[in-house]
Amino acid sequence: MEGSTSTNTNTPPKRVRSSIWSRFLTSKKIAPYVFVMPFIISFLALFFYPMIQAFNMSFQQVLPGQVTYVGLSNYERLLNPTFYRALTNTSVYVVFTVVILVVFPALFAVFLNSRIVKFRNFFKAALFVPALTSVIVAGVIFRMIFGETEAAVANEIIGFFGIAPIDWQYGSISGMFLMVILCCWRWMGVNILYFLAGLQNVPHELYEAADIDGASAFQKLLYVTIPSLKPVIIFVSTISIINGFRMFEESYVFWEGSSPGNIGLTVVGYIYREGVSQNDLGFGAAIGVVLMLVIFIISVLQLKFVGAFKED
Amino acid sequence: MKKWLVSALVPSLLMAACGGNGGDGGEEAGGEGPEEAEVIGEEAEDATELTLWLFGEQHLGVFEPAVERWNENNPDNQVTLNAEVYPFDQMHNNLRLALQSGEGAPDIADVEISEFGPFMQGEPQFESMNEYVEPILDDVVEERFEIYAKDGEYYGTPYHIGSTVVYYNTEIMDEAGVDIDSIETWEDYVEAGEQVVENTDSVMTTVETADQINFWGLISQQGSDYFDENGDVILDNETNVSTLQFLSDLVNEYEIADTTPGGEHHAEEYYGFMNDGGAASVVMPMWYMGRFVDYMPDLKGKMEIRPLPLWEEGGNRTAGMGGTGTVVTNQAEDPELAKEFMAEAKLSEEANIDLWTELGFDPPMHTVWGDEEMKESNQYFDYFDDEIFDMLLELNDEVEALNITPNVSDVSEQVGTNVLNGAIRQNEDPQQVLEQAADDVRNSMSD
Repeated sequence: MEGSTSTNTNTPPKRVRSSIWSRFLTSKKIAPYVFVMPFIISFLALFFYPMIQAFNMSFQQVLPGQVTYVGLSNYERLLNPTFYRALTNTSVYVVFTVVILVVFPALFAVFLNSRIVKFRNFFKAALFVPALTSVIVAGVIFRMIFGETEAAVANEIIGFFGIAPIDWQYGSISGMFLMVILCCWRWMGVNILYFLAGLQNVPHELYEAADIDGASAFQKLLYVTIPSLKPVIIFVSTISIINGFRMFEESYVFWEGSSPGNIGLTVVGYIYREGVSQNDLGFGAAIGVVLMLVIFIISVLQLKFVGAFKED
Repeated sequence: MKKWLVSALVPSLLMAACGGNGGDGGEEAGGEGPEEAEVIGEEAEDATELTLWLFGEQHLGVFEPAVERWNENNPDNQVTLNAEVYPFDQMHNNLRLALQSGEGAPDIADVEISEFGPFMQGEPQFESMNEYVEPILDDVVEERFEIYAKDGEYYGTPYHIGSTVVYYNTEIMDEAGVDIDSIETWEDYVEAGEQVVENTDSVMTTVETADQINFWGLISQQGSDYFDENGDVILDNETNVSTLQFLSDLVNEYEIADTTPGGEHHAEEYYGFMNDGGAASVVMPMWYMGRFVDYMPDLKGKMEIRPLPLWEEGGNRTAGMGGTGTVVTNQAEDPELAKEFMAEAKLSEEANIDLWTELGFDPPMHTVWGDEEMKESNQYFDYFDDEIFDMLLELNDEVEALNITPNVSDVSEQVGTNVLNGAIRQNEDPQQVLEQAADDVRNSMSD
């Protein structure tokens, strides 16, 4: 291709150059690197470099014109109740979202994949639509639904069952419930899609064999479907863990910067508050480094636990 | 190098923050350019361009006439003002990062009082305004300039005194059979409250649990504060504990107050509640008049303003609360021009008159309060009564300075999250709550 276009120009030096260029491009040794280069460059510039700098900054006190190294003092300051609160909130949030966002989408996917269920396409679409809304917009609506007045939708509904109105946005349990439900409502459809895709790949013969062995529907689910979905489960749970630890918006939409008793404070929210709002970039960076370590360790443990490192 | 430091952390910080472009509830996280941009004095020839960052378009009201006056008086030195309005958090964050990285800051910017502290850390990146502030110090309520000063250098110019007052809904007070002029002390106020609760469907007042203005105002009225003049934390001193106890008692003991719907008096839930006659009074600064005019139209003609009730004989009847300091940054292209222009826009007599007529603020320069122009009718006089400034003149000497340190925002954070919520909503012991918060702040300062 390259050679034939350059012959049209008929200038010898150019042909030589372009043939070097084409050899370079078609070389089996070099071409792969050329193709991955955009990713490598953007990774180095936008992720790796900032990461190193953030690590460096976590040992500094950063003020305009006065950057001083303060040793481990930023890390020492991390040992405070607010950070523990943020870490606890985030961890609880991760546990709930991971469990809910793996179990329910898997079940829904199995239902949606079954021929017995009617209006399957409608349900698929309906469950996926929330993923298209912005968290901010959804959050505004959720905040109204879970308002503190008796007339708020959620309080009307529980009032129907004789339960007294709840100050949703002021209690630590109800606050966590709000964040988890907003996240689950949004991501349910996406995870269902992953599981549906996984289900398409389960070989039909396995079910036939199970039928011949006289397996019940439940046994088929347990011994055929779930083991076959293992790669999807690993993928979905890993993503949910990482996204859970990085969570910020679900909390921000309900309480903006500060929630009563810090019930909605997450680790990333704490980075934002300390690093940007309080102008303490060094401390913010230290929180970020710790968060990175936490995510790294938990992801490795989780992948090891589910056996993702083993060669099948 | 510095620039790189910032650009290093910012992407990782903001990646999470840039989720969407702000809903209609005033939420904003990330987003690009200003919400609103206005060029003032565009027709001026050979003009020097000045950039101005604001977090609310309301404040533009004093800059528009200022540009006009400036260009009239300085035909050889015209200015054009590019005013850009950003959401609150975004503006302050952008300004902090621009000053940190040494590039991208405007010539002039507004900085809100609870955000001001962190800017005073290290070397302030603002221009000192002393040559313009010092000559007029006798004519202004000096305490409101000291908020924005450090080591004898005045950096920010205030918009108002923010005298804290009580807004009474006279319709409800009349129904309850209370004469608001008979309320002189907080004890009288509680008694009146009991009458209101007994005789009407409303509560006496609302107490904020997510914002500090109520609490900070009442402790400042008694000469207390979060920090003493040496910058040490006094958040858990006796006055503050008893004041927090009082606020909690209003809700939990006397049961004459509700916690503010939405947590603060700027919440939409609250505007609706108050507009419907939910509460008979509210304790807020003078600048809150604008919120009544804009958001609570049904109360027009019903609201009256009175000084705060007294804690003890001879005490203060108000406290300066809230505020915004306008600053000239050290990145201004022509700092001398920017400073001189800002002096025209914020420190001149005309500017102080505009602060009232355009914005409805109680201007810091008390020499203009008796001015004829201040008496002309406007929307604020229409909504409230005409004697506002006679009252303010009496209160002139009763405003205490606030000690603004780099850690004020830490305290604000504690007050807005743990302190008020704990003591008032959860009915925890005020002393314990305040001690815990004070210790947390002391720990974060100990580096």
